[in-house]
Amino acid sequence: MAGPKSTTSSASSNAVRSLLRAYNENTSSRLKFIDAFLLFLMLSGIIQFVYCILVTNFPFNAFLAGFGSCVGQFVLTASLRSQVNPVNRAEFKDVSPERAFADFALGSIVLHFFVYNFLG
Amino acid sequence: MPFAYQLPSDVSPATVANTSSLLRIIALALISGAAIASRLFAVINFESIIHEFDPWFNYRATKVIAEKGFYEFWNWFDPTAWYPLGRVVGGTIYPGLMATSGVIYSLLHAINLPVDIRNICVLLAPGFSALTAWSTYMFTKELKDESAGLLAAVFIGIVPGYISRSVAGSYDNEAIAIFLLMFTFFCWIKALKIGSAFYGSLAALFYFYMVAAWGGYAFITNMIPLHAFALILMGRFSSRLYVAYSSWYAIGTLSSMQVPFVGFQPVRTSEHMAALGVFGLLQIIAFAELVRTHVSSKQFQSLLYASVVGMGITGALAIIGLTYKGWIAPWTGRFYSLWDTGYAKKYIPIIASVSEHQPTAWPSFFMDLQLLIFLFPAGVIMCFRQLRDEHVFVIIYAVVASYFAGVMVRLMLTLTPVVCVTAAVAFSSLLDTYIDPAEPDVLEDDSNTGQDAPTSGTSTAVSTSSPAPSLKKAKKAAAAAPPAGPLDGLVSTVTAAVSSSKKAGKPRGVFGLDTRIAVLINALGMLFFFVMHCTYVTSTAYSSPSVVLASTNPDGSQHIIDDFREAYYWLRQNTPETAVVMSWWDYGYQIAGMADRPTLVDNNTWNNTHIATVGKAMSSSEEVAYPILRKHDVDYVLIIFGGLLGYSGDDINKFLWMVRIAQGVWPDEIQEPNYFTPKGEYRVDEAASSTMKNSLMYKMSYYRFAELFGGNQAVDRVRGQQMPKVGPTLDYLDEAFTSENWIVRIYQVKKDDPLGRDLKTANAFAQGKKRKRSKPQVRRKAVS
Repeated sequence: MAGPKSTTSSASSNAVRSLLRAYNENTSSRLKFIDAFLLFLMLSGIIQFVYCILVTNFPFNAFLAGFGSCVGQFVLTASLRSQVNPVNRAEFKDVSPERAFADFALGSIVLHFFVYNFLG
Repeated sequence: MPFAYQLPSDVSPATVANTSSLLRIIALALISGAAIASRLFAVINFESIIHEFDPWFNYRATKVIAEKGFYEFWNWFDPTAWYPLGRVVGGTIYPGLMATSGVIYSLLHAINLPVDIRNICVLLAPGFSALTAWSTYMFTKELKDESAGLLAAVFIGIVPGYISRSVAGSYDNEAIAIFLLMFTFFCWIKALKIGSAFYGSLAALFYFYMVAAWGGYAFITNMIPLHAFALILMGRFSSRLYVAYSSWYAIGTLSSMQVPFVGFQPVRTSEHMAALGVFGLLQIIAFAELVRTHVSSKQFQSLLYASVVGMGITGALAIIGLTYKGWIAPWTGRFYSLWDTGYAKKYIPIIASVSEHQPTAWPSFFMDLQLLIFLFPAGVIMCFRQLRDEHVFVIIYAVVASYFAGVMVRLMLTLTPVVCVTAAVAFSSLLDTYIDPAEPDVLEDDSNTGQDAPTSGTSTAVSTSSPAPSLKKAKKAAAAAPPAGPLDGLVSTVTAAVSSSKKAGKPRGVFGLDTRIAVLINALGMLFFFVMHCTYVTSTAYSSPSVVLASTNPDGSQHIIDDFREAYYWLRQNTPETAVVMSWWDYGYQIAGMADRPTLVDNNTWNNTHIATVGKAMSSSEEVAYPILRKHDVDYVLIIFGGLLGYSGDDINKFLWMVRIAQGVWPDEIQEPNYFTPKGEYRVDEAASSTMKNSLMYKMSYYRFAELFGGNQAVDRVRGQQMPKVGPTLDYLDEAFTSENWIVRIYQVKKDDPLGRDLKTANAFAQGKKRKRSKPQVRRKAVS
């Protein structure tokens, strides 16, 4: 019983390694920069969520604003990432990278306006 | 290729483009004009006045904004409503409508146009209907083309289903909400189409405006996730969907929580969980797609697929678990009443008692939509032919809204836009086909096709204009689209069935000028009758303010019945400002708005017990009702009585709902069957049950009614029943005012007797009746 299990786990770890390698090779540094920001946002969101569960959710609006800003910024950045990704060029015919960045900036401003309003 | 008629060939494409865009702008301007003008019947026939019930509250709140500013409005506590509880107005309303008129008011005053706030309120709905026409044009343009958009704009501009909620003076949330609904949907499909975060953010902003304006925002909250979910199931996930949905949801949800009345609901109630669930699902799928582009290993991909499904199921289970633990509120009763039409009558009679919450009658579909209701299914089927993402949206919208419109009369309003859009698509396809001058190619077998083709052309009236390529395209599409998702198989079957309904071989199309003209004249005739119908329905059915009634004199001139305002102004002029008026909740807002007096209950039906208290007072006998009235400091009781004039919306006809609502709280004291005759009839004449005859409402309605007929037989004209010669007597109330046509009757509650007698005895003494002999004897016995 131990045999096939270890082979699948080694296969999946192999796969993860090949994934990382493929990622490192095929991703431009610009996208990697965005990915670093995404990772930061994700960690920040997770920390806030854990704090909310373990410690307190007392100013619930403040938690929602903080967590919402992380999630919102995350998805907006992820949108930017997929829009500027050369692989998706065919899908976003009407959105040039410059326009994508302008959209991103506008979305972020609107988002943080509401976040700021909601902090209380 | 032969042509049925000659087109000028010496015009440059630029000129054609410029001219058509100019014509479009002119057409849109005219449509806006028509939309506004047809809503002005109410102002012309009556006057510039706020209509009905809820608008009176909105008007009153808007006056507070205009006079005191937004912050005062935000913190407004209204001590006169729901006496003695009061109402925190700022936190219990959707402020979008009032804020909009407040902004318009200050803008106009900033440029030195001193427009009265009442006129802004009255004309707000017609003004926004022009914007609705424009946004429907934009929406339909995305779906088909500009000409369909113009048709949709005309339809929504004058269709009675929308006019019913947006005539001048109907100053209600729906007045601006339909514009916001259509524009949010337009932004959504635009965002989805080009994958733009800009349009996603714009959709979120207008969604925020919608949340601030109307409780029906939940429709958008569930429509967009449903659309996204359907697209995922059809195997149509794309980065564009991710961009559009994520930007809309992230900003829209956060912004919707800024409205105090909504509060934390978007993360705590089941109504909003679908949106959250789809958001999570999209994140997982997007991540999986990203990984898939980097790794091509087959095994890894299947592992990934399994984990996506697993995480989706886990997420759904988590939401269900949280609901059971009580962290997420379950569906509300209002929501259940949408699925089970009998639910509200059983558990929440106060919702069922509102006439606009009743199921829709079949004729009202025709009355509200006329020819559009026939074109609607055709348009939906035409959406299947192209079936881009936005067509899927319209199909889902059509199905969902049709159901809701069947359940509740007022939800006809949400069906109307999609009916206009799809009908415009169908109608403009018809026009495109028959205006297009291209004749089909005639094959070598001349005699055969020449006779057959015209008939087949008319039978498939909505076939595409260029037959040969479209046939190929349809075949190609059928062949090249393997079913990618579980839904897609079904959809492609339907699509194939729709598009390949024609046989191969024979040329398809329209031959000759006469066929074209025959069809086009019929089509124009239909449009003409549509306009006639809309104008007729608008002017007769939907333009009555219901505060002012109209009747016709024998010579045909109009007679205005102004009893409501007469009575409200009597209250305003003749009673102290603190006099508490009790009435059924329908009239609460009007009393507050026109008479400016405190009321016990009003149309903001938030406190069922309080309403049931009023219902109990109305439906029990004088002796029982009097302590209730005194405890609530009631000075005046106002009732609506239509028996003299034949005004059917009066309180006796609403009386059973008062009984039912009171019964819900005091089942031991009030029982509905007691108000019927032994045969089970609802009667007010001699045969009425004794409980009915003794009820306060009955007594107040028919007090001194028989005297009016001077010895002749008194007749109640609403119920068509003959009243007893001797009417009821009142001991605890005094008649204070009765309006010209007896529609409004106001009674004053007597104070306690100065000598400490109970009021019945005092009244009997004042009328000179002897006291009953037994009473003193009993007392003497007790002493000795």
